[in-house]
Amino acid sequence: MPPVANSPGGASPPKPGFMGWLNKRLPVDAFVRSQLLEYFAPKNFNIWYFFGSLALLVLVMQLVTGIYLTMFYKPGEATAFDSVEFIMREVDWGWLIRYLHSTGASFFFVVVYLHMFRAMLYGSYKSPRELLWVIGMLIYLALMAEAFFGYVLPWGNMSFWGAQVIVNLFGTIPGIGPGLVEWIRGDYGIADATLNRFFALHVAAVPLALLLLVVLHLVALRQTGSNNPDGIEIKEHPGPDGRPVDGIPFHPYYTVKDVFGVGVFLTIFALVVFFAPTLGGLFLEGPNFEPANPLSTPAHIAPVWYFTPYYAILRAVPDQRMGALLMALSVAVFLFLPWLDRSKIKSIRYRPLRYRIALTLFVIAFLVLMYLGLQPAEGVYVILARIFTVIYFAFFVFMPFYTRNERGRPVPSRVTYHAH
Amino acid sequence: MTDPGHASAAIAVAQDVDDSRRRFLTLATAATGAVGVVFAAVPFVASWKPSERARALGAPTEVDLAQIEPGQLIVTSWRKQPIYIVRRTPEMVASLAGIAGRLKDPESRASRQPAYADNVMRSRTEEFLVLIGTCTHLGCLPKARFTPGTSAELGANWPGGFFCPCHGSRFDMAGRVFDGSPASVNLVVPPYAFAGQRMLVIGVDDAKGAA
Repeated sequence: MPPVANSPGGASPPKPGFMGWLNKRLPVDAFVRSQLLEYFAPKNFNIWYFFGSLALLVLVMQLVTGIYLTMFYKPGEATAFDSVEFIMREVDWGWLIRYLHSTGASFFFVVVYLHMFRAMLYGSYKSPRELLWVIGMLIYLALMAEAFFGYVLPWGNMSFWGAQVIVNLFGTIPGIGPGLVEWIRGDYGIADATLNRFFALHVAAVPLALLLLVVLHLVALRQTGSNNPDGIEIKEHPGPDGRPVDGIPFHPYYTVKDVFGVGVFLTIFALVVFFAPTLGGLFLEGPNFEPANPLSTPAHIAPVWYFTPYYAILRAVPDQRMGALLMALSVAVFLFLPWLDRSKIKSIRYRPLRYRIALTLFVIAFLVLMYLGLQPAEGVYVILARIFTVIYFAFFVFMPFYTRNERGRPVPSRVTYHAH
Repeated sequence: MTDPGHASAAIAVAQDVDDSRRRFLTLATAATGAVGVVFAAVPFVASWKPSERARALGAPTEVDLAQIEPGQLIVTSWRKQPIYIVRRTPEMVASLAGIAGRLKDPESRASRQPAYADNVMRSRTEEFLVLIGTCTHLGCLPKARFTPGTSAELGANWPGGFFCPCHGSRFDMAGRVFDGSPASVNLVVPPYAFAGQRMLVIGVDDAKGAA
């Protein structure tokens, strides 16, 4: 955290009464001032800037509903599936708590993908925000682990076979692979031991890591300040009082805006929770309503939708070790984005056509792979997956070349802003 | 790090402290601490290994061979892994010849099997095939497709074998993987041994102790 006590702007006389007593011992007012009232955000935020605060909302929602689920869930081969059914049928409002949690998982990824896409639109990963992006990517990786462990817990047949497929990916590492897989599982197959350790990781280890990373993400954001749709630094235009002329206090301006976003988000969220909690098998897959069965593979194994782009890449490669490697790379490559993009221009508003085409192709490839990962790996689907895997990687591999010496439209020195 | 360094150097000069000795002690303490951390990590890392109970439950499994008809597949389990045992007919054995060109690893160079199954049949005897019934791609259960022929699922001139429904890997009657499958290596052969005329023991290389 930036220093909050005794911040130079806040040298007001000590308050009397309880708040005075409190502030002498805990810098509540100074914190609110430095983080909300005197934290200046660019005044030209648009709809894409809702998703950071929405991600925080979903995180809190997942923590609360998750804590309640652990009160009724019983990890273990013999009890896990039944305890989930118990929550669904016999705990008062248990179905709602579970559907909030399962729908929350999918919406977490919706919000995070849109948040990441926003950063790619406006170059928010570029200097001086490289670490902000990297920490964000670490949050995304932790979130993937969290989602995977959580998916195993209901111990349905897709939980079991999903765990089998993902854990076996580690078996492709040369030399240590088979031993590593046995160590992860704690048995000679996906078993009770595996379920229990995944439970511990899902409810304690990964959430703690996530919270720490989210705090680091916010600290890094406070250090650099937010980017904006014009991709220019508002700090470079301070007014006579030293405050950026294009900045407005986060509170009340953006707290009010975010509350509106929360309202819209919760409306859509509630529609899914109450009317389509499985979303036709996309959010909760059919085979997972059957108990885990090590001797019966579901006819068609597919992960939940948010992992399918990477799964499609895994299956597109005929060699399993190369497939696993490419899949790992397809996620890890995002970490290097700040250094692959060599353009000085941040915002897509001022970048030349070739970057717009590249980003469009990448988004199309991501979405098509997402669809293909849900389909069986046969015939034309495999060929398409190979084509779009190439496009996916070409976006990153050729980025240093097609973004070099970029000449786009002139970047304004002040943000574009129209009062409403 | 430079500022504290300068500061401590200044103090060292002022107080006539042996700076290199202090640096050595700091490094030695840090190194000893690191060794301690590694040792302290051992119990936590080792706790994830299969427990004594899991190892005991992973003991060998016995199968009565007399119950298997020629051409039949039976599925049993060992260490919670499905074990496929096929009593191959002479036609099935014959189907293994002359297809090496269609296989990825016909001589099982990159595949896992005990030394006594490191042959074209991938077994101790021609008659009995013993495999771990999980696809070497991503661990699904391959299905028996023992009838030769031509079909949309299996392509032309299918000699008989196994088909994995998850990602379409295909294997012959010795568990050898066909070209064009996502799996790269043949199905794994577990350790097994015959005990007498009719018992098969899975999980040991030598049945003397088990039978």
